[in-house]
Amino acid sequence: MQFGVFSVSDITTDPTTGRTPTEAERVQAIVTIAKKAEEVGLDVFALGEHHNPPFFSSSPTTTLAYIAAQTTRLQLSTATTLITTNDPVKIAEDYAMLQHLAGGRVDLMMGRGNTGPVYPWFGQDIRNGLPLAVENYALLRQLWDTDVVDWSGQFRTPLQGFTSTPRPLDGVAPFVWHGSIRSPQIAEQAAYYGDGFFHNHIFWPAEHTARMVEFYRRRYEHHGHGSADQAIVGLGGQVFVRRNSQDAVREFRPYFDNAPVYGHGPSLEDFSRETPLTVGSPQQVIERTLGFRDYVGDYQRQLFLIDHAGLPLKTVLEQLDVLGEEVVPVLRREFAALKPAHVPDAPTHASRVAARQATKEEVPA
Amino acid sequence: MTARTLAVVSAGLSTPSSTRLLADRLTAATVAALRERGDDATVEVVELRTHARDLADHLVTGFANGSLRAAIDTVVGADGLVAVTPVFSASYSGLFKTFFDVLDKDSLTGTPVLLGATAGTARHSLVVEHAMRPLFAYLRAIPAPTGVFAASEDWAGAGGVDAELARRIDRAAGELADLVAGRPSAKRPVDPFADVPSFEELLRGQ
Repeated sequence: MQFGVFSVSDITTDPTTGRTPTEAERVQAIVTIAKKAEEVGLDVFALGEHHNPPFFSSSPTTTLAYIAAQTTRLQLSTATTLITTNDPVKIAEDYAMLQHLAGGRVDLMMGRGNTGPVYPWFGQDIRNGLPLAVENYALLRQLWDTDVVDWSGQFRTPLQGFTSTPRPLDGVAPFVWHGSIRSPQIAEQAAYYGDGFFHNHIFWPAEHTARMVEFYRRRYEHHGHGSADQAIVGLGGQVFVRRNSQDAVREFRPYFDNAPVYGHGPSLEDFSRETPLTVGSPQQVIERTLGFRDYVGDYQRQLFLIDHAGLPLKTVLEQLDVLGEEVVPVLRREFAALKPAHVPDAPTHASRVAARQATKEEVPA
Repeated sequence: MTARTLAVVSAGLSTPSSTRLLADRLTAATVAALRERGDDATVEVVELRTHARDLADHLVTGFANGSLRAAIDTVVGADGLVAVTPVFSASYSGLFKTFFDVLDKDSLTGTPVLLGATAGTARHSLVVEHAMRPLFAYLRAIPAPTGVFAASEDWAGAGGVDAELARRIDRAAGELADLVAGRPSAKRPVDPFADVPSFEELLRGQ
């Protein structure tokens, strides 16, 4: 199982000091966080894409390539790549390029983006969110899986004899996850292609996550990619951990109370009960996280959100230390002991190249 | 006897509350009227005051916590609804509106509703018609033709209720009972994933 962190790249005032980091500081901090994630033994770093303040990450492949150059093992991903407002041709090119530069250590997560005003800036309309996600992704798959593409659709200039370059590394495109909080159509899309499904698993009660994942697994089996329990599932999660749980609650409370998305609403205690948020000791985080398996089954990737709401870099790096030293090693061992042999690990470039090779040998040309 | 569920939403804030008092009168009269029509009713009361913070949290987080979820499920799963609000600034109270704001917009489609309102003065007496009825029309619920408004003076008759108010309560309850008794029994909350199109349909633009 893979463990990692994902960042939405928000620039938020630290409510305890009133200080707002500069863009320059946050951009450098995200690189530091990613490198630290590798150093403490995590597997994945995923970065969001936004085109409006207070977020800085408009150009994730630039950032991820820079991180790739300074890491050797870390899997680089997105959370999420906007399949609606980006030109699928540009996604195909940018991420194939990144895949080459990073030696295959790249996958990506598709998302629609939920901010209405962003769409028209890119010539689109949020009311077409789902059709855009469906058509653009269908084109992206063709661009990666077929050398020469003739294509026409509703949303983009037609293509005649187009070849997206560079071709995917070793002829194998980056693995794709589809992220959605509440749209079963996206779970259906992930299932149809045999891609991964990722649930944000932060903002809403666990029942929502459980229902979406159950639906995705059922449809994955329906579309013939394997049994439901072999579908590729990733979860987000939000933790704040200190050796002593009272310290964790006291330190995190002002960040929680003023957080951009859910701040000024429920108490930290209520939100911890109603959603997967876990603020406490390493042991509490371990127990809560192992419990996710009870309602989504054996899953492949767990990403934690740890750098938002104005938390200072120093605190974020301390969080990574505790995750790497005390939390993730135990989770790895415990999840591995529970996982049946027929449930696959998260796909990597190496495993996908091997799988492709095996398919070729089975069916000689 | 057909078993019916009757949900009661009361947005009164004080204890005791004249809004709850009116809701209880309307409910008792509806239960009696249903019994006359051969139906047995189970009553589930949702006091919005106890969900005031839950509703504010829902506005901020976008989801109902467990306690509010149960209240919502009660209301959207009922055969009939009694909805009563105090009048604040010439309309339903913000708390009352917030509860109906967080419901799925289709969740009360076809549900018979008895509308009631209370106020300190009779000058608000048309609030049921000009404020509440359009809200429930938007939700495509079926409000009974008679809405019941009660001002302070309406509680002053013999037995604590003015005879005119008592008559309006009975007439409205009879109308709600007719609407409920004439319908197939309780719809259940729908499975939101039941009619997700297959991906082949999505690809064809359906």
